[in-house]
Amino acid sequence: MIYFDNSATTKPYPEVLDTFVKVAGQFFGNPSSIHHLGLQAEKLLSQAREQVASLLKVDPEEIIFTSGGTEGNNFVLKGVAQSYKNRGKHIITTSIEHPSVQNVCEQLKAEGYTITYLPVDKNGQIRLSDLQNALTNETILVSIMHVNNEVGAIQPIKEIGQLLAKFPKVFFHVDYVQGAAKVPLDFHSCFIDFATISSHKFHGLKGTGAIYKRKGIKINPLLAGGGQEADFRSGTENIAGIVAMAKALRLAMAESESKQNELFAIRDYLISELDKIEDVSINTPKIAAPHIVNFSVEGYKAEVLVHEIEKNQLYLSTTSACSSKIDEPSQTILAMGLGESRASSSLRISLSYSNTMEEAKKAVQIIQQAIENLKPVMRR
Amino acid sequence: MIYDEILVRYGEISTKGKNRKLFIERLRANVQYVLKGFPNLKIIAQRDRMYIKLNGENFDEIAVRLKKVFGIQSFSPVMRIGKDLEEVKEKSVQLMESLNASGKTFKVQAKRVDKEYPHRTNELNQILGGHLLTSIENLKVDVHNPDLELKVEIRKDAAYLTCEVIKGAGGLPVGSGGKAMLMLSGGIDSPVAGFLAMRRGLQIEGVHFFSPPFTSERSKQKVLDLSEKMAQVSGKFILHIVHFTELQQEIIQNVPENYTMTVMRRMMMRITDEIRERRKGLAIVNGENIGQVASQTLESMYAINEVTNTPILRPLLTYDKNDIIELARDFDTLETSNRPYEDCCTIFVPAQPKTNPRRDKVNLYETYFDWEPYIEKAVESIETIEITGSNNKKEVNEFTDLF
Repeated sequence: MIYFDNSATTKPYPEVLDTFVKVAGQFFGNPSSIHHLGLQAEKLLSQAREQVASLLKVDPEEIIFTSGGTEGNNFVLKGVAQSYKNRGKHIITTSIEHPSVQNVCEQLKAEGYTITYLPVDKNGQIRLSDLQNALTNETILVSIMHVNNEVGAIQPIKEIGQLLAKFPKVFFHVDYVQGAAKVPLDFHSCFIDFATISSHKFHGLKGTGAIYKRKGIKINPLLAGGGQEADFRSGTENIAGIVAMAKALRLAMAESESKQNELFAIRDYLISELDKIEDVSINTPKIAAPHIVNFSVEGYKAEVLVHEIEKNQLYLSTTSACSSKIDEPSQTILAMGLGESRASSSLRISLSYSNTMEEAKKAVQIIQQAIENLKPVMRR
Repeated sequence: MIYDEILVRYGEISTKGKNRKLFIERLRANVQYVLKGFPNLKIIAQRDRMYIKLNGENFDEIAVRLKKVFGIQSFSPVMRIGKDLEEVKEKSVQLMESLNASGKTFKVQAKRVDKEYPHRTNELNQILGGHLLTSIENLKVDVHNPDLELKVEIRKDAAYLTCEVIKGAGGLPVGSGGKAMLMLSGGIDSPVAGFLAMRRGLQIEGVHFFSPPFTSERSKQKVLDLSEKMAQVSGKFILHIVHFTELQQEIIQNVPENYTMTVMRRMMMRITDEIRERRKGLAIVNGENIGQVASQTLESMYAINEVTNTPILRPLLTYDKNDIIELARDFDTLETSNRPYEDCCTIFVPAQPKTNPRRDKVNLYETYFDWEPYIEKAVESIETIEITGSNNKKEVNEFTDLF
């Protein structure tokens, strides 16, 4: 089996599963309980927080554990919108965000907020001048993803942060779900106020994530209740998942340091080999993450290709997993101006550090064969 | 940016005379202890400067620890590069860019130790200054008050570049001024008092009064966590935990209610003094602050202090609470201190504690009961823990394989 759908989700590391099982079985106490079992759980929680913080180079008090990327994005967007509506009701984001940002913006729009969707160029990047022009006195939040989940484009986060640093009333949120443990990002030096990560994208388990919230910022919680996570996220902490995430992040970041070049080599190989196939055009731009290759096979229905390819145990996806069930053209590729036909025939390969060059070579053959097989039926 | 060494400037030590060697040796030992986790480092302590050769270790991680070491005025990361002029030019631009030089003012200060080097000092200043001006946008020269001062030193073996100056913690090296016992409750004040005493060179050992089940394991953990913060400054920190429950209960039962607090403080003072004697300390440090609470009025201090003639050092005596909170924030103890658990000072607080206890009365009340065996027992049952700054508490190790 070749698993090339790591942006949808990754396979948990065996060590991470071990940790999860051990913590869930042995240290099942509620961290809020005052007895010894509670204290043990609390210690695990604070050690996990310290480890995640030190890996991300932030302070432990700047980490809030959540249930994942969608909750993180909802919490930041709705929290800022609600807490700072007296300052203004304008939010700026991009036209290529994950649905958990885009649809929250649509919800907020229905509540009377104004949303600006910044366009992207053919490389999938926003222009700083567009951002600068969009800022108004009413703007309270700019939410921009780091690595795009569909094509792998990387936004100029540092430059955006430097620009926004001149507007102290505007918060800056970065959806770092696809970038974590793949493309390093320094939250402090990029003047980021909030960032979202999700454990299952770096070989942790589903149902755990975290947000970075710069020290001192107060926003309303999404979930009110017992006051866990310094009152920012109530609900009994998922200790086993959280400790597992701390471990997964450590292992994934270590791999990212030692295997980064290998991953780039595999990606570049895939891009150059796929590009040689007739009808294939590459959608992934030059400045992109090391783990995503997006390409279109024009004239072919993407979903049919995925199934044809799957026959040979190669797993990849049409656009993003979240929207691939709906038969819709890729929003990101449309926004990049690459045209309707490429947007509706796009496939995404997403790698992890456990993928190899051998797998890539085999994958190219399988894809080529699948296109060949379908040619008589698909081509008009 | 890869740095090769760190230049450390001494603080107040440089005003010392014949004792200077001792101070420097102490600082060197403290630095070594705090940086124990970095095996490749080489520390060279000279009379006026200290150099830490990094040998590939990460500067940022070391800087975080170095910032906390008392006795250091400031320190600077240094790049060691080839002497070829083109390389010096190129690396200067790299270094300045890494410090976000664009839009700032600067000056170059070259020094030619190697007199055989073909470019003279002033010539070097001009060449490098000119090169930086053309290479970096919006950079301006200001020789009087520059934001960035690039120092270039050409020595025999190589050229050395340094620019960033990072402020150290100041004060005197911990341990250069003798040993004292710190009465550590877990509140905001006592750890700050400990840090201030350490900043003046004292070596500190903590004494904590633990009263289970009236105080919880969490309140003990809080004190352990605070101790770890202190250990990050001195390398290690010794904490004596006194089991105080029994004695405390006897006090409640045998002393008139409004004097329980005064008697309790006197007992704590006696026990701390006994530990001090055994540990060969010369003073007791506490977080008392005049007028803050009933036990810290001048009358209370007079009544409590009667039990010993050991010097009681009260670094916070005249501070306002807000200033103390500010210091706690600086020393990074505030958040830990704010955890809401009961400690030995907050349990059994009488409804109306005496703010002006009298020596004659407290002495009279103490004669109603034979305290000696209980004091002795408390002293004998002391649990002594050595805490190092590198996070290797016993409980943490228990979980290590999970992370």
